[in-house]
Amino acid sequence: MSKKPTANTEKKATPAAAVNDFAKAPINARLTKEGKIELHRKMVRIRRFEERSLRAYQAKKIGGFLHLYIGQEAVAVGCCSLMGANDHVITAYRDHGHAIAVGMETKPLMAELYGKSTGCSKGKGGSMHYFDPSRNFWGGHGIVGGQIPLGVGLAYGVKYKGLKGAAMAFMGDGAVNQGAVHEAYNLASLWNLPVVFVIENNGYSMGTSQARSSAGALAQRAAGYDMEWGQCNGHDVYEVRAMMDVFLTRARETNRPSTVEIDTYRYRGHSVADPDNTYRSKQEIEEYRRTKDPIQVFQERLLAEGVLDESLIEKIDNEARTEAELTAEFAEASPFPTPDDIQKDVYWESDHPAERKSEGRLFFD
Amino acid sequence: MPVITYREAVRHALAEELERDTNVVVMGEEVAQFNGAYKVTEGLLARFGPDRIVDTPISEAGFIGMGIGASMLGVRPVMELMFWSFYSVAFDQILNNAANVRYMSGGQINCPIVIRGPANGGTNVGATHSHTPENVLANHPGVKVVVPATAYDAKGLLKSAIRDNDPVFFLENTMLYGEKGEVPTEEYLIPLGKADVKRVGKDLTIVTYGRCVLHSLAAAAVLEKEHNISVEVVDLRSIRPLDIDTVLASVGKTHRVLIVEEQKPFASVGSQLAYMIQREAFDELDGPIHRLATVDAPAIYSPPVEAEQLPNPQRVIKAALAAMA
Amino acid sequence: MANIIEMPKLSDTMTVGTLVKWLKQEGDPVKSGDMLAEVETDKATMELESFFDGTLVKIFAPGGSQVALGAPLCAIGKPGEVITALPNPTAPSVSTPPVTVSAPAPVAPTAVSSLPAVAAPTPGPAGRLKISPLARKLATEKGVNPAHVSGTGPGGRIVRADILAAGTAAKTANPATSTSIGTSTVLAKGPIQDERTVTVSNMRGAIARRLLESKTQLPHFYVEIEIDANPLLTLREQLNAGLEKEGVKLSVNDFVLKASAEALRRVPQVNGSWEGSQIRYFSAAHIAFAVAIEDGLITPVIRDAHLKSIFAISTEAKALGKRAKEKKLGPAEFTGGTFCVSNLGMMGIPRFSAIINPPNAAILAVGTTVQKPVVKNDAIVIGQTMTLTLSCDHRVVDGAVGAQYLGALKQLLEAPALLLV
Repeated sequence: MSKKPTANTEKKATPAAAVNDFAKAPINARLTKEGKIELHRKMVRIRRFEERSLRAYQAKKIGGFLHLYIGQEAVAVGCCSLMGANDHVITAYRDHGHAIAVGMETKPLMAELYGKSTGCSKGKGGSMHYFDPSRNFWGGHGIVGGQIPLGVGLAYGVKYKGLKGAAMAFMGDGAVNQGAVHEAYNLASLWNLPVVFVIENNGYSMGTSQARSSAGALAQRAAGYDMEWGQCNGHDVYEVRAMMDVFLTRARETNRPSTVEIDTYRYRGHSVADPDNTYRSKQEIEEYRRTKDPIQVFQERLLAEGVLDESLIEKIDNEARTEAELTAEFAEASPFPTPDDIQKDVYWESDHPAERKSEGRLFFD
Repeated sequence: MPVITYREAVRHALAEELERDTNVVVMGEEVAQFNGAYKVTEGLLARFGPDRIVDTPISEAGFIGMGIGASMLGVRPVMELMFWSFYSVAFDQILNNAANVRYMSGGQINCPIVIRGPANGGTNVGATHSHTPENVLANHPGVKVVVPATAYDAKGLLKSAIRDNDPVFFLENTMLYGEKGEVPTEEYLIPLGKADVKRVGKDLTIVTYGRCVLHSLAAAAVLEKEHNISVEVVDLRSIRPLDIDTVLASVGKTHRVLIVEEQKPFASVGSQLAYMIQREAFDELDGPIHRLATVDAPAIYSPPVEAEQLPNPQRVIKAALAAMA
Repeated sequence: MANIIEMPKLSDTMTVGTLVKWLKQEGDPVKSGDMLAEVETDKATMELESFFDGTLVKIFAPGGSQVALGAPLCAIGKPGEVITALPNPTAPSVSTPPVTVSAPAPVAPTAVSSLPAVAAPTPGPAGRLKISPLARKLATEKGVNPAHVSGTGPGGRIVRADILAAGTAAKTANPATSTSIGTSTVLAKGPIQDERTVTVSNMRGAIARRLLESKTQLPHFYVEIEIDANPLLTLREQLNAGLEKEGVKLSVNDFVLKASAEALRRVPQVNGSWEGSQIRYFSAAHIAFAVAIEDGLITPVIRDAHLKSIFAISTEAKALGKRAKEKKLGPAEFTGGTFCVSNLGMMGIPRFSAIINPPNAAILAVGTTVQKPVVKNDAIVIGQTMTLTLSCDHRVVDGAVGAQYLGALKQLLEAPALLLV
């Protein structure tokens, strides 16, 4: 993995707790046994879902790209486990983990990958474009960094409506070099908007390592916008929650934005169709998997805490595998959208003809 | 009926909608304290306060994207682009996010945003500030594009645009801000997608919109007087949705068509119109469809020459005579 | 790769063309510009020009076959090149010529074709008619043949105003006549013909429209006279015997045409036209005569027949008739008649009455010569008679005038030597 800067050295940085103390962080100390099991279960469900989706992809059931989140599960699960009613999430194209983390059902997610009408976007969005506004999940966006101004807008909306909440705007380490991200940083800080920018640093923007793409530290750039920032490990869900709780709380209470960088790792290629041997070694992947796999790490932690036992682990895993299998069956059995569906969901007005106010042609041939 | 400027008409529409719906906010560069780069928003800050009238940094991708995100939560931002020419730095936000989010979410998310500002040449501001992107914008299903020519239309259409649940791009014109027209004091709305026959005629249909409506009307008067050609001027007002039926009805009457647009010719709005007219009124045409567009080059600075690069009444007359040959 | 020559679109409405005959055979060398074949469209026969150099390696459509537009006709390639498959399997198929159909039903070659508006002018692939869409539609509505209209638009494009003007002019022109022709019958078992509907061609539509208008709107009346044809037949025999070595054979109709013109000189009121508020009388006798052609008829005009000899009229009538049947008449050759003659005598019809062909004021229907007992010098002898029926537009020609005209005609035809001076 690429070298990352030491965290928390700047004036505004928030010190993370010392290693092994994260379980004692207030947000984790309050967790019930069931809550802990649920964190574990979500990570397992994400992984099994994605493993199943990879099989489906290779069986030519899925078109386009498939950006897998495998290896990064603790980030989305940790962050999204902190969401309150007025908290919102927006992310980029590696969005399956966040979708499951916010509570979306997995069957519509798999069906979406299959391009079926039962998909969460009716087969119109695909892998990169999952949405569930009912769970405050605003996508699923395909253009690197393009979603970040929208995340600021979510924060703006929360604040404008007088609600107490925060938006989490997720991006990868490659996105920090996009202009839109910096414009969003500036606006958020300038206007005191309750947003936490979450850089999921998996070390590579596609096939280019952080060292080869980004000058300087990533989260630290927030300091230039007078924002607080933090950095933590992303393989320990306790640690993710511990740090995110601090920043989310601050955002909700003070409307101050911040940027956090969570170090993580993906096991698969940028998309599953991309080569994975041009920029990193198999050993690197194996090393992370052996020492920092987020599911393994948390599982061992919960075993040590006595929350999990082997049979429960196996049960959770079996259920997740079964669930994943059922999603594929569901997707397989679902119908495709019809050509008639192509022009639905384009305009609110064309989907609500009785309430249409405008006249003239909306569609052309 | 009171006579007010186009600028005032836009301002009145903003004020009325700000008054009507607290979800409406006006944002943009210099819209608040500065009172608007072109004074469109003059006085709104004093009346509605800084929460509703918001000065943004020069950061179009950032604040347009922010407005889109806020609109997904039900805020109704009216974003001012000081020039529509600056859309290019926010292209991804406007045409990936605003245009696509409803579709990609399977209809779960609306984006009731209005982006407005002037889009025109003729003020000698050079190529970077003279873009007319209505064709580029309208090429994206999911968005609506409006280009009003008169004070009356500007007000009625902007009010409809702000109430619309889809993203509406509203293209004004700095050369029209000072143009006066009758605007009633009582509230009215003009539906998007409804063209307006600005002059009735029988020999030639000029299909146009925006400032070219004024050029076409001026040319029509001369054509009537000096050439005995009776011109019907159809003002589209909206590019998308498009009221092609009014155009076709006029073509069915005159059988000759000239499209006048302040657009670069390649794949312009006029290109689309020409396609639709020949497709749907082929047997009504007594000659090829003619088009007068901006002379195909980046906007020239040189003031007297720029006037010749753009459509103007003389060029319209010449084009009309060619269309009548 | 050989170039495949397809059935070209030679007229606006053409959907099928008949490959009349090949002018080149398989194996013949071909140069660009060479004529490959004769192609008959609905009204005209045209030559198919090669745009390629090479060898005519394959003929797909035999002579006599009807070929849909765009279907392959032949291939021009390198000598000896083998064409195994047509490059475009979706192209309309070639229909075999009717003669190869063994079914007894008479298959009219026109059954599957529609006649175009274009008549005599022969716009080749490069000479497509330039006409605005609106003008084209108007032309169809008004029965104006756009091929006969000169365009005033850019590059000679026919525009709306041209068709409107032509529509007005057409009311004073003379594109069609009023007679009908019989057809030969085929004795055979089985159905008379395949039950079917045939789209009304432009020509048929024009005939229907104009003659319905004439028959229902013009106050027709008819006068009839029987003439002694013996002197005419005798003179014709003598003249033909004398002219035989020159290859000339005068027909009875030639005499009738000449006599019609001469009679107009004597009763010029018949040589007129109703124009609403005025009646126009013509100074020249342009005699139109009906020629039956495929799917209709056409009336070529002998201009200034009052100035022409029988010999000249005969020669011209034969040439016009031939060109009419070949659909090669130009518009100038079938418009502008002032009087019309329709002759069914050669088909054995003793007498009939014809419908006036507007804007003419009269039409002469000519029956066959009939052998019958006649009283001559107070004795009953075998005579040769012929019945002439004049249909008159009562607005222009009154009964007495019509009678005078037939009287003059009788006088001329019974003393036919008058026609020679």
